[in-house]
Amino acid sequence: MTRFIVRRLLSTIPTLFVIITLSFFLIRMAPGGPFAREKKVPPEILQNLLKKYHMDEPLPQQYFRYLGDVLRFDLGPSFKYKDQTVNDLLGTTFPVSLTLGVMALAVATFLGVLVGIISALKQNKWQDYAAMSVAVLGISIPLFVVGPVLMLVFALILDWLPTSGWIGSRAGWATVVMPVMTLMLPPFAYIARMSRGSIIEVIRSDYVRTARAKGLKENVVITKHVLKGALLPVVTYLGPAFAGIVTGSVVVERIFDIPGIGKIFVQSAFNRDYTVIMGDVIVYSLILISANFIVDVLYGILDPRITYK
Amino acid sequence: MTDDVILQVKDLKAYFKLDEGLLKAVDGVSFDLRKGETLGIVGESGSGKSVTNLAIMKLIPTPPGRIAGGQVIFDGKDLIPMNDNEIRQIRGNKISMIFQDPMTSLNPFLRISTQMVETIVLHQGLDKKAAKEKAIEMLKLAGIPAPENRIDQYPHQFSGGMRQRVMIAMALSCNPEILIADEPTTALDVTIQAQILELINELSQRLGTAVILITHSLGVVAGMCDNICVMYAGRVVEKGSADEIFADPKHPYTVGLIKSVPRLDKENKQRLYSIPGQPPNVINLPECCPFFPRCDRAMDICKSKYPPVADLGNGRTVSCWLYGEGK
Repeated sequence: MTRFIVRRLLSTIPTLFVIITLSFFLIRMAPGGPFAREKKVPPEILQNLLKKYHMDEPLPQQYFRYLGDVLRFDLGPSFKYKDQTVNDLLGTTFPVSLTLGVMALAVATFLGVLVGIISALKQNKWQDYAAMSVAVLGISIPLFVVGPVLMLVFALILDWLPTSGWIGSRAGWATVVMPVMTLMLPPFAYIARMSRGSIIEVIRSDYVRTARAKGLKENVVITKHVLKGALLPVVTYLGPAFAGIVTGSVVVERIFDIPGIGKIFVQSAFNRDYTVIMGDVIVYSLILISANFIVDVLYGILDPRITYK
Repeated sequence: MTDDVILQVKDLKAYFKLDEGLLKAVDGVSFDLRKGETLGIVGESGSGKSVTNLAIMKLIPTPPGRIAGGQVIFDGKDLIPMNDNEIRQIRGNKISMIFQDPMTSLNPFLRISTQMVETIVLHQGLDKKAAKEKAIEMLKLAGIPAPENRIDQYPHQFSGGMRQRVMIAMALSCNPEILIADEPTTALDVTIQAQILELINELSQRLGTAVILITHSLGVVAGMCDNICVMYAGRVVEKGSADEIFADPKHPYTVGLIKSVPRLDKENKQRLYSIPGQPPNVINLPECCPFFPRCDRAMDICKSKYPPVADLGNGRTVSCWLYGEGK
């Protein structure tokens, strides 16, 4: 197990290197640049700007300079946000998205598994149909519809919750409720459907029949013999879902005016803000790699048939 | 004779409601099981032998299945009307089961110790430590080498034959009065089959457990069973002591089955006999003898009415128009 963990950790280094290299050159291949405006910048000023950001150097030289900076954990200055480094930008916005994402995913997992269990145990009864209808709605209604509707009902009509803002604002933690509710909906629906399906499958398996034949109570059969096997697919899904959700949802952050990473992600791409784009890519890949790594380790713990060498 | 009967199955019926129609998997099965006896239930795939035994334990998946009638009298009480709590006192404790496929019948996520100990704690009221000792003792009885080490392993670390030994140890760990073995050797290698059957035979005799052995192999039955029920299309067609049935089979189906057993002691170069045709589809079965299309002695009456049970004395019964009053 330790050897597996060390090897996996080491293998992230070449992976990251490839990702950084590919992204670096791909972004430069896209037309335009950080200083391309509708209104032409005078050539002298442009020259100065390029010089300041070392963009007058040949591309390979820029690439190695960037690699060197990254190794010192310096992601460089932003081209668009004056006087802010990429480290500052990500350092202020990422924790916000991380908090929102972790809460949303935690709620989604808890409710999703719960609803999945109830549906599976009440298969083809009204509880099942009701839960699965909600799940289909959760998957199919876009977040830009759910968000404003929640806002309308809970903020404007009932006046229970603030319309927007984040934890630092006057409304405090109450601001969290609606964004979490909105953001958790798709993963919740997905987890509910997935856990229902796999529980139904496991409940019919031979070893569950054995457990019943031993005279175990039904709740013991479910909690001890069914759930462990049935929830493995959910764990698999949580890895990529975590990476996706904590790197921010542009839609939810826009609707509820949350200072998260999602906005920066999109704007940097439009602005050709090279360093910020690279910073986003690195953060996203790091999270995806570590989330998958954690899932793999969890798998080894949960499923005794899997051994790592 | 009847006072040492421990299990009495009377006219048991188990139906499954499917999209294609009503499947009468078990349709009026009756038999008695005596203390310490080994009863073989023989029949082709789909003859209802497994469902009969799941029905005894009330383990039929409902829906689509349900027990449509009959009685299962164990220890003076009918199991069929029992609620879940009452039947759980019987399952794994008084009557336990081992299944066909040992590869899938043990929970792959739990250690053998967990799976064995939970049963013993539940039914014997021992604490975990004592239950584990008991489990180790049972594994030793079942012929698992170094049980004190192997008990903490997971099922995938055992071979098929070893897993079936674990299943047997687990099933016998609460000293049940009845062990139901549902094709316990079908999924195993031929060499292992004999060992497993020998183990069941030896342990059941030592512990005084009565065994219901479900199988499609008459060869298995011949070596082990005192009495035999032959099932066809959800009903018992012939019943009696193993010796008598092998010496003088009555029902044309039983005759066919015995003729289909390959034999080494006879010097013949003939092709192995097989009963012509296929087992019937038991969905929406008409009211006739279900065997008549494959029977070489079929008469007109076989096509229109199911034969009554003819009692030939000495516990021997047969359902065929060739015998009893129908003759």
